[in-house]
Amino acid sequence: MTSRPTLSARDPVAPDRADAGERRDLVIEASGLRKTYRKRGRKAKAVEAVRDVHFAVREGEIFGFLGPNGAGKSTTLRMLATLVRPDGGSARIGGVDLLRSPARVRDVIGFVAQSSGTYDDASARQELVAQARMHGRGKAEAEQLAAAAITTFDLEEFADRRVRTYSGGQRRRLDFALGVIHRPSVMFLDEPTAGLDPPSRARMWREVRRLRDNGMTVFLTTHYLDEADSLCDRISIIDRGLIVAEGTPSDLKREISGDVVTVDLAAPDEAGQPDAGKLRRAADVLTPQDYVRGVEAVDTTLRLYVDGAATAIPLIMAALLRAGVEPGAIESRRPSLDDVFLAKTGRTLDD
Amino acid sequence: MKVLRDTWLIFTFETRIMARNPTVVALTLAQPITFLVLFAPFLKVAMAGRGVESYGDAYAVYVPGLFVAMGLLGGLYAGYGLLSALRAGIIDRCRVTPVSRTGLLLGRALMHVALLEFQATVITVAALPFGLRVNLLDLVVSYALLSLVILLSISISYAIALLVRNENSLGVLINTVGQPVSLLAGVLIPLTLAPLWVQNVALWNPFAWATDALRALFTGHFTAPAVWQGGVVMLAACGLAVGWSIRLFNREVS
Repeated sequence: MTSRPTLSARDPVAPDRADAGERRDLVIEASGLRKTYRKRGRKAKAVEAVRDVHFAVREGEIFGFLGPNGAGKSTTLRMLATLVRPDGGSARIGGVDLLRSPARVRDVIGFVAQSSGTYDDASARQELVAQARMHGRGKAEAEQLAAAAITTFDLEEFADRRVRTYSGGQRRRLDFALGVIHRPSVMFLDEPTAGLDPPSRARMWREVRRLRDNGMTVFLTTHYLDEADSLCDRISIIDRGLIVAEGTPSDLKREISGDVVTVDLAAPDEAGQPDAGKLRRAADVLTPQDYVRGVEAVDTTLRLYVDGAATAIPLIMAALLRAGVEPGAIESRRPSLDDVFLAKTGRTLDD
Repeated sequence: MKVLRDTWLIFTFETRIMARNPTVVALTLAQPITFLVLFAPFLKVAMAGRGVESYGDAYAVYVPGLFVAMGLLGGLYAGYGLLSALRAGIIDRCRVTPVSRTGLLLGRALMHVALLEFQATVITVAALPFGLRVNLLDLVVSYALLSLVILLSISISYAIALLVRNENSLGVLINTVGQPVSLLAGVLIPLTLAPLWVQNVALWNPFAWATDALRALFTGHFTAPAVWQGGVVMLAACGLAVGWSIRLFNREVS
């Protein structure tokens, strides 16, 4: 029923393939990382969370791992942050071997998990001082670092209040401050803006950019398309434990040349259900058309990849009407990362 | 050295947070104080003719039992805190730092020890007006022994929590294990009143040895064999349980 839009098979920047100059700049190098979870019990199936993942992150860039829930993003991040031991493969962070020297890796990384990781009854200042001390700082230095972090992340107003009284955005800022209190060179952020309202998300994006501008390398996971698109310098798209595409957001979108035309075929049949036959007929009609480079069915719509929407839309309309298929709304837009994901996997990020 | 430093660091941090919530601390005192006021008079009557002639004598038998009950049952609930910290991402946040894993677990455990020792102190003071009299050295040794009771119980709870990773299962196991073990430790009624077979089973219960030792101390028998025997048994059991929980913790979270 579908034919995929053309996408060049661009390999990730594998460490062993990077040239010497580029390699010097690589702060994170992952090669063949694997992780399988085995549940207890005889009938429990093993789940391959991450399968043979290769990628590299350059110094001072914001690198995003984009994928749907359960794709393997967080497991990959947790392996790199020394929280989960890989079953196979290797990785170097800041030049330190992850498997051989996880303790040394911890000296150079910061980590902010999806969940807050703070005590409700502690204050931001208490948490920050304790965090700095856990990184080996003395009491006086820890207090200085905490004071600096409170100023940097604009926490002054509530720094001595209980964390339970903070808003979601305030908590997230504290999480960031805790992650960078020891001034790491690499920062891992797991879904940094999940569950935040738009103003808080915008603020967090500014904070992430500020970290990058201060020379930090940021590795983040996200399932938000706009976050990957706007915030990340480069991204890897991961699905079912495998990286399916990698590059800058604009490069990836450019690989799907032309426009995307969405044809709504949601009109119900006699029973009031979405008309699957109508969707199939429309796809059968449009797939062979020479102005259509690819067709994907998404719920009750057809997503058509065309060279130019302005010329294609009238032709699409005419072809459908000739076949007796009455389309609903027709929209055109530039390709998004969701289209890249769809092109690579045959599914959307929402599936 | 690093383990000690990190244990102290985590202990002081956790204790400060606990101290910010005095209501919870006060509420945890309610049950032992109620037991103290209501149960000792029963014991005086029940043990009349067995060396318990006054309220002072009754409290010297009952307070040590209450210590062990509090240490055992209070300590068993520590696993909930660990599961909650794991779920909230607090442990992960700490694990990404160079802090010692052993220190991370021991510091948390010692916070619970300090809290329960504080409760024991309050109970001791509360029992004084009722006629309890105990030598200071005996009391200090009793608190040291109580620390082992608490640490043993906490370590068992941590280990179970790490194995089941589920609050409901942990609750069922605590209730299933905690009640019989406390009864077999003679915390409410001394085991001297129990049938011989119960006394024989209790020989395998380290908490029973601790109860005997504490009762010997509270009745002024510092040199009684029960004291050193209780200390040795508790040290051994505690060492094994702490080692087990640390091993599980390192395996689960390293």
